[in-house]
Amino acid sequence: MGSIKDKAAIIGVGCTKFGELWEKDVEDLVVEAAYEALDDAGITPDDIDAAWVGLLYNFTGLSGGAFSEPMKLFGKPVTRVENFCASGMDAFRNACYGVASGVYDVVIACGVEKLTDIGGSGLPMTGFSHPIIGGISAPGMFALAATRSFHEYGWTKEDLGRVAIKNHKNGLSHPKAHFRKAVTMEEVLSAPIIAWPLGRFDCCAMSDGAAAIVIARPEIAKKSKHKDDYVVVKANALAAASTQPMFRNSSDFLNFPATKAAAAQAYAEAGIKDPAKEISFAEVHDCFTITEILNCQDLGFCEQGQGAKFVAEGHTEVEGNIPVNASGGLKCFGHPIGATGCRMIYEVTKQLQGRADGAQVKDPRLGLAHNLGGPGSICSVTILGRPD
Amino acid sequence: MANIASSGAYIPLYRLSRQLIGNAWGIPAVPGERSVANADEDSLTMAVAAGLDCLAGIDQSTIDGLFFATTTAPYVEKQSAGIIAAALDLRRDINTADFTGSLRAATTAMRAAADAIDSGNARSILVVAADCRLGEPESMWEQLLGDGAGAVLLSKDGPVAIRGTVSIAGEQVGPWRRSEDRYVRSFEAKAETQYGYASVVIEAGKTLMEKMGISANDVAKAVITSPDPRSHIGVGRTLGLQPAQLQDTLFLSIGSPGAALVLLMLAGALEQAKAGEKLLVLNHGDGADAFLLELTADIAPAPGRRGLLGHLFQKRDLPNYTSYAHFRKLMERDEVPADSSAIIYWRDAKSELNFHGARCLNCGIVQYPAPRVCGECGTKDKFEDVKLAGKGNVYTYTLDHLAFGQYLNVPIPRLVIDLEGGGRVFLEMTDGDPQEVKVGLPVEVTFRRLHEGAHFHNYFWKCRPLPQS
Repeated sequence: MGSIKDKAAIIGVGCTKFGELWEKDVEDLVVEAAYEALDDAGITPDDIDAAWVGLLYNFTGLSGGAFSEPMKLFGKPVTRVENFCASGMDAFRNACYGVASGVYDVVIACGVEKLTDIGGSGLPMTGFSHPIIGGISAPGMFALAATRSFHEYGWTKEDLGRVAIKNHKNGLSHPKAHFRKAVTMEEVLSAPIIAWPLGRFDCCAMSDGAAAIVIARPEIAKKSKHKDDYVVVKANALAAASTQPMFRNSSDFLNFPATKAAAAQAYAEAGIKDPAKEISFAEVHDCFTITEILNCQDLGFCEQGQGAKFVAEGHTEVEGNIPVNASGGLKCFGHPIGATGCRMIYEVTKQLQGRADGAQVKDPRLGLAHNLGGPGSICSVTILGRPD
Repeated sequence: MANIASSGAYIPLYRLSRQLIGNAWGIPAVPGERSVANADEDSLTMAVAAGLDCLAGIDQSTIDGLFFATTTAPYVEKQSAGIIAAALDLRRDINTADFTGSLRAATTAMRAAADAIDSGNARSILVVAADCRLGEPESMWEQLLGDGAGAVLLSKDGPVAIRGTVSIAGEQVGPWRRSEDRYVRSFEAKAETQYGYASVVIEAGKTLMEKMGISANDVAKAVITSPDPRSHIGVGRTLGLQPAQLQDTLFLSIGSPGAALVLLMLAGALEQAKAGEKLLVLNHGDGADAFLLELTADIAPAPGRRGLLGHLFQKRDLPNYTSYAHFRKLMERDEVPADSSAIIYWRDAKSELNFHGARCLNCGIVQYPAPRVCGECGTKDKFEDVKLAGKGNVYTYTLDHLAFGQYLNVPIPRLVIDLEGGGRVFLEMTDGDPQEVKVGLPVEVTFRRLHEGAHFHNYFWKCRPLPQS
């Protein structure tokens, strides 16, 4: 098997404001994100050889038409990618491979979701499981890991709360984040329970938004608008695990095997031996506070069982040795499902280029983006850096 | 003649004090409390529970028939007995039948079962009875009715011989329910009790006692059903029976559980009966049935069988009338839409109803639902079918406030359970306080109605905390 390292370069990124965007539809979000990315790259839609659009729900869109129709991009290959909450990064992954294969010169990946059109409370779960066997809510899926971690390690709701507080603090400075408001531990602990032990501030809310990434072959990047500061893909991995961990005898609910597998592949591809030291910062999938803590363990930033302590000691703060979610993460920035993977790439790219919209991490060399879907059933890990 | 080999009972966990019903409407209350089926229960699910109780310790593959007796069948066109038989994991080559439309249905079913066994057409037939009748709000019916189920296993062999039986047909309008009626109706209670109940039950009792050549003194216990708390006493007196010989009609503790009453009372009587004793059973409803039973041996206690006593004292008081109105869906509310597919439901019946999984013949791990490829060792299509144990311990859980696009004030506990003997399942918890759930909690499965996706009753298993012993 080969490697994608240094074969795909990011030459433009775009991202809409995330939030409850009642007055915007999918067309608005796709056009705004894509054109921001195209302008950032200094190119026009005619320059695009192929497009991938990541989205989860059919009510957001069906087929590549979710991208080609708003953009009026006809006569070109446009593919819809769906892989639960990892749809966005999987669209990015496919776009990178399109370029790394040598067939396409310039491609675009766009992630989008229009969650607020659905009404009601919580993510619709139709089709996620059998009509009779095994239904659960999205927060419920991750609450199972929180309950078991509390039992196994003695973690508490305060340990979870620290993640929410950090991410809300980070989001305060990001102009595109859904929430621009700090939260206190009292607010976190007294919030209504959504799926015990997760309360309202342990769960990301329903947001709309889109993000887009323009990718080119490195030879083309060297001549592009970002010729002096383009970012390259050092690794991109994708790994599947069970979609029904609640029925798997071997699930311990203390880690996500999909993350561990994808991380191992990504580190091998990028040549990273000690992620805790070599990864400068990360955007990780904090759909719920518990998930961010487990992600730190699964990604090798700290030992299994030490995640709560790792966060409590401040290592993942913007000033810490491995800032996690300087953007505010899913919790504060928002999680329009399909958009998130692409938004993470947007953020990591701009951080590496020293032009972060919000809090800027210091001396970033290698940035990691981690996108997790379903009940930990699919994970994509991307590592970006400056070209060698 | 056929024998009774076993009996069983099921009473829902919840009770509502009659005083609370009286307070809700500002009307007088009669003493005691009534049982209230949970929102996810109906006559079919309760019948499964009573059937499981009756079959505790018995190999269910020996059962040749399943008769279900009720006046509150969940379908007017669709057999419930077949669904109950699947949930009890009985064989498919058996005779299943619903006996509906009369409070007397359970003993009608018993006669049919005894006749089948006597004719040699069956070795064992399980008769289950359950009812979930509704009384008009603000009426005395609401206080008098209760929800419950009973079961009796008739068999070629058993410690209780059926010595004789008599049936009297008797048309007396009242009480009744037409198919379009939601609530039980009555025209004139006194006349209905005198002619629709007392006179025909007395006639059946007298006829049987003469036929069998016995007198009231020969009877150790008389199971005489009753439409109200006291009328059975007058019937007993006319037959020469003392109040001490009369089996408790359960009015004070659970109310009148319709077709299930006779089997619940019989279960109670058999729990106390001794070898050599004779029991008289009189059941009413559009006529009357009479049975004379005789214990030819002591009834050995069966491990795992709770019976009437095991259910009477397992109870939680509902705090108010509104809980009952909520459980029994008295108020019209927007129905929460659910998805389902009758094809998927049929195809996966073995997982959903029979609760079967599979053991991988390569690595030995039990899995649910049965897969094509083993999730542990990757071997394809090398499995043996296994019936999963109905008990296990909680590995992890959540209390989920989100369901069907709504925020629920009372969460649904969702439990990852490691079953005894292998297999891991993920089930909703019912009949328990969400705050009492913890890792390691021992639970047992219970058959419930999940939702109405695709406009049919989607039955499946939930779990509940093990009752205190």
